[in-house]
Amino acid sequence: MSQSYNRGLIEDFGRWKEFSAGMWAWIFHKFTGWMLIGYLFTHIAVLSSALTGPEAYTNTIQGLESLFIIRVLEVGLLAVAVFHILNGLRLLMVDLGVGLEAQDKSFYASLILTGIIAVASVPTFMDGVTI
Amino acid sequence: MAERYSSFAPGGTAWLLQRITAAFLVVVLAFHFFLLHFVNHAADVTFAGTQARMENVGYFLTMVLFLIAGTFHGVNGVYNALINQGLEGTQKKVVLAVLVIASVGLIAQGIWVAIEMAGW
Repeated sequence: MSQSYNRGLIEDFGRWKEFSAGMWAWIFHKFTGWMLIGYLFTHIAVLSSALTGPEAYTNTIQGLESLFIIRVLEVGLLAVAVFHILNGLRLLMVDLGVGLEAQDKSFYASLILTGIIAVASVPTFMDGVTI
Repeated sequence: MAERYSSFAPGGTAWLLQRITAAFLVVVLAFHFFLLHFVNHAADVTFAGTQARMENVGYFLTMVLFLIAGTFHGVNGVYNALINQGLEGTQKKVVLAVLVIASVGLIAQGIWVAIEMAGW
């Protein structure tokens, strides 16, 4: 039989000290989701430079990629995307009722794996750019 | 016993589509990041390189589906997050209309760009 828990309203952020792992996972998933949909609109806007012409497109992409801050933001985007993917897989498992008793551990695993992948990607993302 | 806690109507179409698009996006988003940051570096992207990828029909269709799935998943997520925060009544209808218009606009713009990239 399924169990449910009443932990009170998560929208009441003033209670953050009382939040459990699952509640933090919920907040992180919302936050990373907002970032990703915001980025999707930005991404299509930048790629729209292709409508001006091949040169405008290549110059726009390479101009942005020559900026240190863009590379830093890309690592941030990767971290956000990786967390959303891993926690999303966790949520699909929760929906299927798989591993419910380990849902807090799988949240911590998502966080740790995100950190490892983000750090490991830094050399690739920072290749060929200086401050 | 606590009340059921989710902004999604149980068993609804949006609930199911959110999960179907999620499963698709997990794979394609990972592929997209890997292809354009690790196989090809973003700093080396040129129009010619983009065109070589985009003129492949399979790649083109995958990217268009990626855009549609990503837009639905993201905008539906935002809509449900706002409902969670207590959005209702006329405001809810206005927000839904704005989000639908923004989504259609984004998808149309994205497909236009993809066609331009493919050189068709």
